[in-house]
Amino acid sequence: MYNIMIVGVGGQGSLLASRVLGAVCISRGYDVKVSEVHGMSQRGGSVVTYVRAGEDVASPMVPEGECDMLISFEALEAYRYLYCLRKGGSVIVSTQEIMPMPVITGAAKYPENIIDKLKSADVNCLAMDAVSLAESAGTAKASNVVLLGAASAMMDVDVEVWYEAIKNNVPEKFVDENLRAFELGRAAAQQKN
Amino acid sequence: MDKKLLIGNGAVARGLYEGGCVFVSSYPGTPSTEITEMAAQYDEIYAEWAPNEKVAVESAIGASIAGGRAFAGMKHVGLNVAADPVFTASYSGVNGGLVIAVADDPGMHSSQNEQDSRNYAVASKIPMLEPSDSADCLEFTKKAFEISEKFDVPVYLRLSTRVAHSQSLVELSPRENAGLKEYAKNPQKYVMAPANAKVRRVAVEKRENALREYAETCELNRIEWNDKKIGIITSGVAYEYAREALGDRASYLKLGLVYPMPEKLIRSFAREVEKVYVVEELDDYIESFCRRCGVDVRGKELFSFIGEYTPNMIRKVILGTAPEIPAQADVPVRPPVLCPGCPHRAMFYVFGKMKLNVSGDIGCYTLGASAPLTAMDSTICMGASIGVLHGMNTLRPELAGKSVAVIGDSTFMHSGMTGLLNVVYNQSPSTIIILDNSITAMTGHQQNPATSYTLKMKPAPALDIEGVCRAIGVRRVRSVDPFDIEEVETAIKEELAADEPSVIVAKHPCALLKYVEKKPPLTVDSEKCRNCGMCGKLGCPAIVRTDSGVSIDHTLCAGCGLCAEVCKFGAISREEN
Ligand SMILES: Cc1ncc(C[n+]2csc(CCOP(=O)(O)OP(=O)(O)O)c2C)c(N)n1
Repeated sequence: MYNIMIVGVGGQGSLLASRVLGAVCISRGYDVKVSEVHGMSQRGGSVVTYVRAGEDVASPMVPEGECDMLISFEALEAYRYLYCLRKGGSVIVSTQEIMPMPVITGAAKYPENIIDKLKSADVNCLAMDAVSLAESAGTAKASNVVLLGAASAMMDVDVEVWYEAIKNNVPEKFVDENLRAFELGRAAAQQKN
Repeated sequence: MDKKLLIGNGAVARGLYEGGCVFVSSYPGTPSTEITEMAAQYDEIYAEWAPNEKVAVESAIGASIAGGRAFAGMKHVGLNVAADPVFTASYSGVNGGLVIAVADDPGMHSSQNEQDSRNYAVASKIPMLEPSDSADCLEFTKKAFEISEKFDVPVYLRLSTRVAHSQSLVELSPRENAGLKEYAKNPQKYVMAPANAKVRRVAVEKRENALREYAETCELNRIEWNDKKIGIITSGVAYEYAREALGDRASYLKLGLVYPMPEKLIRSFAREVEKVYVVEELDDYIESFCRRCGVDVRGKELFSFIGEYTPNMIRKVILGTAPEIPAQADVPVRPPVLCPGCPHRAMFYVFGKMKLNVSGDIGCYTLGASAPLTAMDSTICMGASIGVLHGMNTLRPELAGKSVAVIGDSTFMHSGMTGLLNVVYNQSPSTIIILDNSITAMTGHQQNPATSYTLKMKPAPALDIEGVCRAIGVRRVRSVDPFDIEEVETAIKEELAADEPSVIVAKHPCALLKYVEKKPPLTVDSEKCRNCGMCGKLGCPAIVRTDSGVSIDHTLCAGCGLCAEVCKFGAISREEN
């Protein structure tokens, strides 16, 4: 069983990322379940999407402590769900910080040095400025796909399969910039590894 | 065989297509919305948004009487709205098959309550199917039409959030022949006045018996034999959780038909296993049936009535062991918020500033209740804002001058218009504010009768909301642009002062609509900023305030300019380049 969690802030594009990942996993012949989030929390709330692949997947959600790869579009969200990762699992995190409302109102503090905390945990941490990479690909919105590119560098899947999945899940006019974003993320991860 | 990953709702839509459904009428509601959106993508299916669930079901009943396979979809609370026609359609039965999907929301991800729709099946004497994954969703939807036509009864398809919104693999088949059945006048069957209803009432009980018998052998109920020390009776997504938790250490009776229940099958399953557990989210529905039949089961004394289950929870309760989960870091919560650029924000800012009592309603604008806006005092159900205000104003006229009802455009058309009629008829001096953002936003941007388009994006006449209010009898009707906060404040003051019903329509399209142009982001001049906290009161996620001052996150800012409007020091301005 391979368990992935995609976390972030509602509206950051976790739906697209989960669909691409789902498509990649099924083309490998696995049973796949993907649990999406629609509705209220998409309005800027904390959003968790699960992707599971294996011989026979029962629950659509990844049990805590069994996550192999945590992909986070935002620093605090990676830290929030870090406890779901198994020991030795990987976290791929965008360094973007989005203040949650309790921080904006002063009721809470945004934790400091999150990336350092992730790096000192018992997991592999890959942190990148996904927004800047996406901007250089043509749109800041594609930071989700930058992170998929990084994830692809850690998964044993032919890159063509990823391209196919992106083409099939992104509106035609945005395919090129998304493919560029994917490549930038992939290259960044390969460099760091 | 063509295999595809589909969310449960997409699989239901595919089931409608393959099952020869020709008519879909629904009202959106998380987690049911995508069924209808995805069904609308098939040219062969007529699909529409109705103004509310009651109208949707009534239209589907008409389509069924006309001889077509018909469908209506809704969230759990939508069935409360539609219950009236549903309960009597149970008597009149169907001509073309009639399927009603109802999606429960255990855990209340996007809902105001956590009701268990299975109770409706019992109360309305209508069979209910409950799928566990997308493959089930597709197959059960087709089966529901068969059952409906065979037993002359509408059929419920019960989903839950995790089934509706999880993708899993389905196998696609071609569409069944989808003609219309013959239609002949039949008032004895379709006119449910007492004389006819009494006859149908007897038919209903006969049908109940036939369905109970059918349940015993129905292939939707399935036993999986493994170790017989533990027997699990379950349905829906709880079956998947149990399977994940216990694997072949338990045997399973998976109920696909949850009403009526198969008494003999349950007894024979229970006889074969040492200990029986019922694993079901929400009410003790299966459990209490088992108890009534004298089957000894364990259920809610071990499991919660509240919220969602997890495999680890089930493992812990039944096996007494569970993996050690590291503690979650102590981090600030991230509740949902009004988007940057949202026109609702301006309104709630003014409500807060004027210290109004706000009788609220359901939609994105319910987020005006959360900090820092905190400008809502009650929210019950769709449409309730107007009735609640009328009741309060009638008993406490001294509050009427400081109280408003606030309701979205879709919600007003769903069930606000009758509340307004009551205000006019019984003359409470109530002030109603309609937030017209030209879309049904909360549920993900559905068209509605005021947006000029149908579900299939055909042009449609747009409801004149002000005109309707006038026609209902409100003499004081005016509209404002929410971003002109001075005008908004003046309008509210004047209408609150008036000793008669009044309506203010706040018109500005949702910031997420594609045709709404994004303006350049705003910037804070740190020289001028006194860090007074005024802009922080707006609850805009793009405004970041630290001890050293305020800044605006350009990746989030939608350029609405509201913060510049409220800043007393002129420290915020638009970056023009
Ligand atoms: C009976 C019922 N049906 C459906 C819903 C789901 N729902 C919640 S809010 C809403 C519509 C909100 O639209 P609108 O009033 O236009 O406000 P907006 O979200 O656009 O601000 C819907 C359909 C519900 N809560 N209750």
